[in-house]
Amino acid sequence: MIQAVMVISTQAKPRLLKFYNFQPPEKHQDLVRSVFQLLSARPDSVSNFVEVDSIFGPGTKMVYKHLATLYFVFVFDSSENELAMLDLVQVFVETLDRCFKNVCELDIVFNFNKSHAMRLDDNSLEGEGPRTLVNHIKQDCRSSSRVTWSPTFRSCVSSCYDDSDVLLTSHSCLAPINLMQMHTILDEMILGGQVIETSSEEIMKSVEEIARLEKQSSTTSLIPKSISERFSR
Amino acid sequence: MEQLRTIGRELAMGSQGGWGQSKEFLDLVKSIGEARSKAEEDRIIARELEHLKRRLADPDVPRRKMKELLLRLVYAEMLGHDASFGHIHAVKMTHDESLPLKRTGYLAVALFLDERHDLVILVVNTIQKDLRSDNYLVVCAALTAACRLIGEEAIPAVLPQVVELLAHPKEAVRKKAVMALHRFYQRSPSSVSHLISNFRKRLCDNDPGVMGATLCPLYDLVLEEPNSYKDLVVSFVNILKQVAERRLPTSYDYHQMPAPFIQIKLLKILAVLGSGDKQASGHMYTVLGDIFRKGDTASNIGNAILYECICCISSIFPNPKMLEAAAETTSKFLKSDSHNLKYMGIDALGRLIKINPDIAEEHQLAVIDCLEDPDDTLKRKTFELLYKMTKSTNVEVIVDRMIEYMINITDHHYKTEIASRCVELAEQFAPSNQWFIQTMNKVFEHAGDLVNIRVAHNLMRLIAEGFGEEDEGADSQLRSSAVDSYLRIVGEPKLPSLFLQIICWVLGEYGTADGKYSASYIIGKLCDVAEAHLTDDTVKAYAISAILKIFAFEIALGRKIDMLPECQTLVDELSASHSTDLQQRAYELQALLGLDKHAVGSVMPADASCEDIEIDRNLSFLNNYVQQALENGAAPYIPESERSGVISVGSYRSQEQQETSAHTLRFEAYEMPKPSLALATSQTSMPTPTVDLVPVPQPGYYKEDHQTSRSQASGDALSGEFGVKLRLDGVQKKWGRPTYSSSTPSSSASSQQATNGGSHSDGGGSTTSSQTRESSYGSKRQQGTEVSAEKQRLAASLFGSAAAKADRKAQTSRKTAKESSSVEKVTVTNVAPQPVKEQVIPAAAPPDLLDLGDEPVSSRTPSADPFSQLEGLLGPASATPVTSETSATSISKAPDLMAIFSDDVPTGATSGSTDPILGDVNSMSSHKGATSVSAKKGPSLQDALQKDATARQVGVTPTGNNPNLFKDLLG
Repeated sequence: MIQAVMVISTQAKPRLLKFYNFQPPEKHQDLVRSVFQLLSARPDSVSNFVEVDSIFGPGTKMVYKHLATLYFVFVFDSSENELAMLDLVQVFVETLDRCFKNVCELDIVFNFNKSHAMRLDDNSLEGEGPRTLVNHIKQDCRSSSRVTWSPTFRSCVSSCYDDSDVLLTSHSCLAPINLMQMHTILDEMILGGQVIETSSEEIMKSVEEIARLEKQSSTTSLIPKSISERFSR
Repeated sequence: MEQLRTIGRELAMGSQGGWGQSKEFLDLVKSIGEARSKAEEDRIIARELEHLKRRLADPDVPRRKMKELLLRLVYAEMLGHDASFGHIHAVKMTHDESLPLKRTGYLAVALFLDERHDLVILVVNTIQKDLRSDNYLVVCAALTAACRLIGEEAIPAVLPQVVELLAHPKEAVRKKAVMALHRFYQRSPSSVSHLISNFRKRLCDNDPGVMGATLCPLYDLVLEEPNSYKDLVVSFVNILKQVAERRLPTSYDYHQMPAPFIQIKLLKILAVLGSGDKQASGHMYTVLGDIFRKGDTASNIGNAILYECICCISSIFPNPKMLEAAAETTSKFLKSDSHNLKYMGIDALGRLIKINPDIAEEHQLAVIDCLEDPDDTLKRKTFELLYKMTKSTNVEVIVDRMIEYMINITDHHYKTEIASRCVELAEQFAPSNQWFIQTMNKVFEHAGDLVNIRVAHNLMRLIAEGFGEEDEGADSQLRSSAVDSYLRIVGEPKLPSLFLQIICWVLGEYGTADGKYSASYIIGKLCDVAEAHLTDDTVKAYAISAILKIFAFEIALGRKIDMLPECQTLVDELSASHSTDLQQRAYELQALLGLDKHAVGSVMPADASCEDIEIDRNLSFLNNYVQQALENGAAPYIPESERSGVISVGSYRSQEQQETSAHTLRFEAYEMPKPSLALATSQTSMPTPTVDLVPVPQPGYYKEDHQTSRSQASGDALSGEFGVKLRLDGVQKKWGRPTYSSSTPSSSASSQQATNGGSHSDGGGSTTSSQTRESSYGSKRQQGTEVSAEKQRLAASLFGSAAAKADRKAQTSRKTAKESSSVEKVTVTNVAPQPVKEQVIPAAAPPDLLDLGDEPVSSRTPSADPFSQLEGLLGPASATPVTSETSATSISKAPDLMAIFSDDVPTGATSGSTDPILGDVNSMSSHKGATSVSAKKGPSLQDALQKDATARQVGVTPTGNNPNLFKDLLG
């Protein structure tokens, strides 16, 4: 069973918290802090699993993904498969990426151009400020195909995110204004601590459906659909 | 900044697909993002909360605006601020007609509340209504909230609707209904047990998604009782086969794998069903083989399936071909560069070696690599593997490695765990006692404060018992080597308290035994320990007791010893200590110094820590005294359990539990309340409200025969009755349970009871063999200088398959010996009053040294008051201090000592007499409280429901118990 889903920024700020076993609100911050401490102490290029008995009780494990300035964390017990959970994080991130069209770090994460990464590795961008770099990436994002994420590039991007303006922008998709959407996505994916949907397309479909129906219900108000259809004929 | 603004605008425009947000919210997010410190952030949020409080209470706020306010509230709570004032608004919003608002309300409620929250009762009604809604999104939202908020009590209220929804035309709803039912099952299996067949039915659902969801509850059910689901094995295998053969729609593919999450769940279920069942396992081999063949090791999810296959194969009835395939995949994992796969590989290896230990050999080097990996998770997993494969042949290497790692980590939780594992392995597989003691010393030195105190007592016992009775020479050698090593270590700063306790005990017991060190040298060292740890009373107590023992041994041997000045200061200081325990020890020491050789010898015999002590549980030596007191007109003792008006706490508790478990939501009308006068009546006339209560004893019972009945009763209370029914702490302390968990070491620790059970004859043999092995290991070490050679060697020592069976046997016999010695033998006999002093103290303190069954978690601090324990022994019998003093003087030769006890006797007596009354009052009042609460709770729930319902129907503001709540709710 999945016990918690957390998105924490590299500055230890929670971006999304969802606990499937009730945790009193006053405990949330402690949990975030201790998880963050654990994560920030881990070097790059090690495994994505951490045993967290000391935080969440015996037998609990945690899978995390460090993407740019965010940690995506899933906490679960022994009845789940670690590698599968890692893919579930991937599904979640992919869905978020599909859902939000704005330029954000997730776009950067998924859409960056290979050649761009090459250029970064060549240090040809050295000397240009972080802002320019982000603009570069943004430009590239729009036209690029999806490629996987390399650790070297990640460190480059996170280093240029030190600028706080950029940092805020970069979080736009996970900014709290989108809390509702994020929770909706998560609810479509996990219910009561059990995985119910693992295809990001399906999740997208249902989220879009919800959005459509909600819009409808707020515009057409109380007139039933059948009646309005009849009128239009 | 410019850029930021554009983006902000873009956001506000762009993300407006029905979720438009105001500029205010954006500004809030921005200012929090820019906050330079936590304090600044807190200020911003506090201001925001004030603002929200005002706005939410404002009736003119448009409803659409309310949605945003609520989300801002969720945000504030996520950042760790108390937003409880807004919870009621979230509840209110779930009542809203409009879908977006309703969903927001449900989301907020699910985040804010849990099933035990008071407001949940208001949501239950809405959920009930929404589950019947025509709009499937409303139903979905309600189901999601139900998963979170419906507790045991409310399950019956929504259960019928949820079951109906299992047949809903929309598969999304069916899926969620299945999950909701599963959640209910987890909360309270009994309330949905009659519906379990529904899960089986849903397994045949047309939609693979629903079928996949059904696997979650089925997995839980199978785990609980695999036998009743054996018939499904074939179905599960068929489903798995179809999935693996890509019969599902491609929309279920993930990274080119067909429905991997469903496959994984199925494999988990099969692993449970096939465990130890040859026939069931037979069905699975083909499909497992297929999956292995098709296995995709390039993608993460492919590996996840393969790993699950390995788990399944290692759990079901073994099949050589399957195991071979599993081993092959495991080696692929281990050879991979990815840390994740290595981790899985180590885990898989741990599973496979349970079936075939030889598999590990092939991967020795990979395992060693993982042990030296910078990844902590991987390292820990590897230690877990090593822990699983420890044998007597490799225990030394593994435990050494573990200790080395343990020294370097700071995480207390894991340090504790690995320390306890070291101890466990050392206890189980130790090749020699010498090695065991050395290992334990290391563990205590580095993690002493984290180790269970039981381990320390084990070590002390081992040193005391040695190898057994036959080989006294080896015993004393062991002890003197322990003494040597402790004398070396004792001067070091920052030793853990527990370790110092062991050191003191061993030094006191055996410091002078071999004559190598003079008594004054040891005493000097012990004084240093006591002085260096001024704040640690337990260590001081151990130290002073050790000093006492050494004095005693010296006096018994007829040697004259001089009081060292530092020792004298210590004794003086302790006799004025705030701790009564320390005071007592200091006075005991002084008293002992005044005794002659013979008396000291019998009080404190040398090397007697393993001797049996006899406990006179009936305190029969006090019979004369008691009888005398009775003849003088004292009231007979009535055991607590038989006193009138006392409600046994134990039975009361169980009754309370019954009440709460039976206390569910009632949906039918309540009866008229009965006048609850009975509860308010006075204590004396209190009727016994339930059958559980202890019946009031017949008064005649006591009049029959004073002497016999009284002594019997008190005897009963001592031997059997107490600790079972009575839960009053004071009583427990007074009478001293047989398993006493205090760590107060006492001078009488030497008069410990233990049976040197079992034969340790093999001990000598195993030492020599281990020594030779050690030497060979050492010589090997000298040879190699290359790193790889070193690794090879490490591997060889870890995996060396020379599993000496003899060693195994040796250690099993060791184990049994230990067990037998750990069994406490208490012989109840009527002993003459002569050894009273010995009996009094041992009963209080020492058993924890042996008592393995006990869990002395909280016993690091000296739970001390030995006086109360002593009172316990003397109290009931002695009504006046004078008589007790006479008995004391007549009994013992240490009037000083006994005078201390007698001083305290009056308090003991009075507290003894007041206790039961207090107990009565307590139990009375608590009982009253409980009943009144339960009486109140039911109707108020009902009220709330009714009021809520009527209010919404009629639109009237209700007046009642909780007007504010409803005012809020209804605006």
